[in-house]
Amino acid sequence: MEIQKSETPSQATGRAAMKKELPKHYQDHRHVWVFIELERGQVHPVSLELLGEGRKLADKLGVQLAGVVVGPRDGVGTGPAIADAFAYGADLAYLIESPLLVDYRNEPFTKALTDLVNCHRPEILLLGATTLGRDLAGSVATTLQTGLTADCTELDVDVDGSLAATRPTFGGSLLCTIYTLNCRPQMATVRPRVMAMPQRVAKPIGRVIRHDLMMVEEEIVTKVLGFLSDSQSEDANLAYADVVVGGGLGLGAAENLQHVKVFARTIGGEFGCSRPLVQKGWMPFDRQIGQTGKTIRPKLYVAAGISGAIQHRVGVEGADLIVAINTDRNAPIFDFAHVGVVADAIRFLPALTEALTRRLAPRDHMKLVN
Amino acid sequence: MHIVVCIKQVPDSAQIRVHPVTNTIMRQGVPTIINPYDLFALEEAFKVRDCHGGAITVLTMGPPMAEQAMRKALTYGADRAILLTDRHFAGSDTLATSFAIAQAIVKIGDSFGAPDIVFTGKQTIDGDTAQVGPGIAKRLDLQQLTYITKIASIDRHAREITVERRSEGGTQMLKSKFPCLITMLEGVNSIRRGSLDNALRAARFPILKWSAADAGIEDLANCGLRGSPTVVKRVFAPTARAQKAMQIDTTDKTAGHVADEVVASIFTNQPSLEGELSSNGSA
Ligand SMILES: Cc1cc2nc3c(=O)[nH]c(=O)nc-3n(C[C@H](O)[C@H](O)[C@H](O)COP(=O)(O)OP(=O)(O)OC[C@H]3O[C@@H](n4cnc5c(N)ncnc54)[C@H](O)[C@@H]3O)c2cc1C
Repeated sequence: MEIQKSETPSQATGRAAMKKELPKHYQDHRHVWVFIELERGQVHPVSLELLGEGRKLADKLGVQLAGVVVGPRDGVGTGPAIADAFAYGADLAYLIESPLLVDYRNEPFTKALTDLVNCHRPEILLLGATTLGRDLAGSVATTLQTGLTADCTELDVDVDGSLAATRPTFGGSLLCTIYTLNCRPQMATVRPRVMAMPQRVAKPIGRVIRHDLMMVEEEIVTKVLGFLSDSQSEDANLAYADVVVGGGLGLGAAENLQHVKVFARTIGGEFGCSRPLVQKGWMPFDRQIGQTGKTIRPKLYVAAGISGAIQHRVGVEGADLIVAINTDRNAPIFDFAHVGVVADAIRFLPALTEALTRRLAPRDHMKLVN
Repeated sequence: MHIVVCIKQVPDSAQIRVHPVTNTIMRQGVPTIINPYDLFALEEAFKVRDCHGGAITVLTMGPPMAEQAMRKALTYGADRAILLTDRHFAGSDTLATSFAIAQAIVKIGDSFGAPDIVFTGKQTIDGDTAQVGPGIAKRLDLQQLTYITKIASIDRHAREITVERRSEGGTQMLKSKFPCLITMLEGVNSIRRGSLDNALRAARFPILKWSAADAGIEDLANCGLRGSPTVVKRVFAPTARAQKAMQIDTTDKTAGHVADEVVASIFTNQPSLEGELSSNGSA
């Protein structure tokens, strides 16, 4: 057999090895910031997860951790957002309140965040890799002409104090660590559920620093006409469910997904799927789990008829316990699952649902039996 | 209407393999495709042209072989194609990429009329950052409309566009103005089949190849490695889990018995889960 010619992914060995000489005008950049995502009055949990990471980075650097809250005036959500920032580890909060910030729009949010950065000069700025966070991070980084590393799975500070941001590359088959050498702030986004939720601080306190939004409505071209909430349609709270069952192509036909749904319903969990099912139209996209779908971090993940391709694996690795049901004993899913059953998922899922019901409601079951 | 669609030629990442010993990417023989997300953008551009007329320019930055992707786009029905290719672009991160593409779009404007809409896909399947679209919008001062699921209406005279945008927990209805940059979400349409006429035309069509200088870039400091604030310092394989799954033996057992064993091992591994599930789940 001939060994295929291989090559390393493009990397700047020469430049990366270069000693870092941060330009003078960046040298006074200090502190770690986390953008607290507030959309329609609700703090996105990814922001709290980021505060946990931000706290570790700030402690290593010996600097302060700040939460950045940008939202409407008179409080819808900004008060609780600041309280959350302190409760999850921030030392201070930067606040911009304006009636122009009721709904997310790129222009006023970019303006708010870039003004704050230019004024207070953070060293590191973290955002959630949500639709809002990615939209905002891209234009803020371009405005500030700085580096931005997307969808990181690990953040650390190296010996010389630089942010080492690790992210999957080549469809998750490899990881790479990325540095922002000569620009500040060093920016990174992280997807929901990739980082663990930190503990609440016992007696949270912090300082709030207010700023004005230097903008008027007339300057903003894009207007929000309306918002249709998902709760009016099917609500998929997949990313934050404690128990998730995922169905794959091994289920064979769309009808068989009922086993997945019945399992989820019985146990009070959520269901999702691998990508081919979305492509076949068997499930909506917001149920897709994996690299291009959702990252989940449940206490229990049951993978039924899923092979365990790398793109699926990266979305489920954070699960505490992975149970895999697959007819192929050599399926890659068994390489990272904790418990494996070589069985036909179509027949085994109903049995599992029943067994769980039996175990969880013993008294009810006894009644039935008697 | 003048529409520019930015596309990228990418390796079909489903077929990439990592060398088990050296942890390097084995690209040889891996086919290249147009980034799948960009096809949603291209089809949406066609739909706009169907309704409102005009021309579609496809633009890509890449190595000379990206010409294949351009010809494919012409087969689908694009009106002209520009390949931005120059060794000075090698090693560009998203900031440097958005710089070069934005410069090329300015140049396209000078040559063929300023675009009303610039389309990109949501993200690429190789870089996966979703940063280049917003970067281009910011550099060109275009209205930035990301994760668009639908173009609801276009008023050419008022130069207004109404779109639906996917956001956390719902759909936003936005009204904006030209010129704008739209990044299209996946699954919202499917690319039309190329016609035979277009295929014949595409085969001979003169694709414009622009160097950095052709695109009007004089100062190369913003391009390629020099223009990229981020650098990749280390590439490595994810650590394999030391242990394979504990296999539940299924020989000579009924599904019910095996299921009981699985349930038992679930709660041995996750004792706290049992209490939580009993209180909120089942029955
Ligand atoms: C850019 C890119 C992004 C991607 N993103 C994602 C993503 O986000 N999420 C994702 O999931 N995938 C993603 N993929 C696709 C991924 O590479 C795999 O193709 C996909 O995960 C496979 O899905 P599957 O395991 O359901 O199907 P298959 O690979 O077809 O596997 C089916 C499995 O079911 C088993 N089986 C068959 N019959 C039965 C039965 N009766 N009972 C039990 N088991 C049975 C088989 O042994 C097999 O292991 C992506 C791919 C690319 C290229």
